[in-house]
Amino acid sequence: MFYKKSIQTRSAAVLALAVLAGGGLAGCASGPSQATSAASSEFTFWDPYPQYDATSAWAGSIDKCGSEAGATIKRTAYDTSDLTSKALLAGQQGSSPDVLLVDNPVVSTLAEAGVLTSAKDSGLDASHTQANLLAAGEIDGDAFGVPIGANTLALYYNPKVLEAAGVDATSVTDWASLNAALEKVKASGKKGITFSAVGTEEGSFQFLPWFWGSGAQLDDLSSSDAVSALALWTDWIKQGHAPNSVINNTQTTSWQEFMAGDFAFAENGTWQKADAAKAGYKVMPIPAKSGGAAAAPTGGEFLTIPVQKETARYETSKKIIACLTNASNVVATDNTLNYIAPTEEAQKAQLAADATLKPWIDAVAAAKGRTSDNLGTKYPKISEQLWTAVQASVTGSASPQDAAKTAQTAAAAATK
Amino acid sequence: MSPVNIGTALREVSPAVATADAVDTRVRRAAASTRWSAAAFLAPLLLYLAIFYAYPLYRNIELSLKAYTVRSFVQGNAPFAGLDNYIDVFTSPTFGPALSHTATFTVVSIVFQFGIGLALAVFFHSGFRLSGTLRALFLVPWLLPLIVSASTWSWMLNSDSGIVNAALTAMGMPQINWLTSPDWSLVAVLIANIWIGVPFNLVILYSGLQGISTDVYEAAAIDGANAWQKFWRITLPLLRPVSAITILLGLVYTLKVFDIIWIMTKGGPAGSSTTLATWTYQLGFGSVLPDFGPAAAIGNLLIVLAVVFGFIYIPVQSRQENQ
Repeated sequence: MFYKKSIQTRSAAVLALAVLAGGGLAGCASGPSQATSAASSEFTFWDPYPQYDATSAWAGSIDKCGSEAGATIKRTAYDTSDLTSKALLAGQQGSSPDVLLVDNPVVSTLAEAGVLTSAKDSGLDASHTQANLLAAGEIDGDAFGVPIGANTLALYYNPKVLEAAGVDATSVTDWASLNAALEKVKASGKKGITFSAVGTEEGSFQFLPWFWGSGAQLDDLSSSDAVSALALWTDWIKQGHAPNSVINNTQTTSWQEFMAGDFAFAENGTWQKADAAKAGYKVMPIPAKSGGAAAAPTGGEFLTIPVQKETARYETSKKIIACLTNASNVVATDNTLNYIAPTEEAQKAQLAADATLKPWIDAVAAAKGRTSDNLGTKYPKISEQLWTAVQASVTGSASPQDAAKTAQTAAAAATK
Repeated sequence: MSPVNIGTALREVSPAVATADAVDTRVRRAAASTRWSAAAFLAPLLLYLAIFYAYPLYRNIELSLKAYTVRSFVQGNAPFAGLDNYIDVFTSPTFGPALSHTATFTVVSIVFQFGIGLALAVFFHSGFRLSGTLRALFLVPWLLPLIVSASTWSWMLNSDSGIVNAALTAMGMPQINWLTSPDWSLVAVLIANIWIGVPFNLVILYSGLQGISTDVYEAAAIDGANAWQKFWRITLPLLRPVSAITILLGLVYTLKVFDIIWIMTKGGPAGSSTTLATWTYQLGFGSVLPDFGPAAAIGNLLIVLAVVFGFIYIPVQSRQENQ
């Protein structure tokens, strides 16, 4: 569930602006309400799944887990982009929900703001979760939540186009073989590859598999590896392997281009797998520069326990989370959300039911959180410079070298 | 009754009360109750202004003067930073381009919107058959939600599959990367904004034209003036008050245009269509980690710019009312 809603984002943000403007007023009113609910057995639960109403299976499993823990749950669903500002405001006013399900790159921001409890303080058990997934919510070794599921990026391909161009999909294992495949596709009169290089977080999300796959690290945007990744995308556009519109495309629009059937490859996420299967498209891991699967960034939400005045409430919140993330519940949830489960046990159950999930389970195992490597709240600053560098380079307004150098200077200044 | 009228009413009542020593208490009580009811009429408006204008404005100024991080936003203990946020904004490499894009966007938009709007207004004023229907059709851009028109424009201007490039290619011209080339993105958003703004200019200027007496034109025709002379010597000078208002309103409105640019280019690529309005949004809400301080500083800067134009508007309007 990563960025499918550029339109709502705007209206949500406008709303957030209005809320921010009136924030102080609301603060006076909602302060005392916390005290009354603290004594009750009613637990508040916020999630970013407004597409699931009260009758959905998701809402049902929340209620069930609540009653098992001896609590009635009041669930509120917000738009993803709206949820961050809502959670920050609630933290400011001391009216945080008991359980908060939030997009993984936001966890470190909320933790930094002091809105979330660490697993150490709340006693939340995160030991079953895959370490690479958990890392997105860790600061200095402390976990601030557990993932409910994960998705990531991979390379979809259209077997018909590849066949017509005489390309064997299994031959694509590194950047050189991918470039060779793109040449052949171009010679056959079809289009090469589509992705999103848009100037937002979404653009960074899409660029990261190539960035990490080159061997570059986020703490140095101007390394020669980083430049090589920028040059890869820039050359694709220059040579016509990728359409010029990628500069402005979101993941959704680039997927629509791919679905038209003329493209050989498309970089996109787990959430498109059902669509792809229907169209007969296949998927492979994104190749790293010198072979093997590149690390792709993880998407998906974390279950977190926001700080409460009455710390006794954590016990019940913990039980609710443990119930929601136990193998049978998490598999059911992740199947509806098109997610890969975050624990090995649950992944096995998913794979037993659907063998086509294998490449995705591998991709999630190789994936990496954007806020991992203890980057935390530094990530958003670095990411902004990263997508700026991508835009400068692919539009030709700066060379890959210059774009990378400018980005590193700006990122170093912003994160010092 | 408008608040201004209440104010004048109060002022007119007071001297009458003051001068009348002989006036009995009944009148005085009546005056007092008038004053109370006047205040009661005024209160909702003042309350509205305080809640929806004064307080947000105050909060925005406060935000811009403090060094906010997410942590201090939540804990409410952001240190006072003086003018640091403003200095950051003014010294940022984004500031120069954003300011010049804002100026270009505003001036070019106004020139074309007004020019085309006036031409269409004069055209429709000749009152041919179906002119009413056609004029109504010209209002469509104004009625469409911005999200619809901006998305439609961005489809039409798509580099590879847009209808505009298809037309250009059919005519043997090279395709233009409207939204994805740093040289063209500002032009692309300008075209869309001009299209959206023309109906507003058309409507106001058309109503202005209807206010010009036909006698003047008839007299000019008798004196042998041609169409061109009539336009320059009669239409334009007599339309001047309406034109001034149209342009000033357009300036204030165009200065803060955000939706069209954000939907079409997100201020990109590589900042080539970033204006002050998109920049403030970008800082405040465009990333996971909000930068409220500088965002508020740019917001205040925009308010100051709009207020400057507003101050020009007020004397212009009052001069017209006196005429």
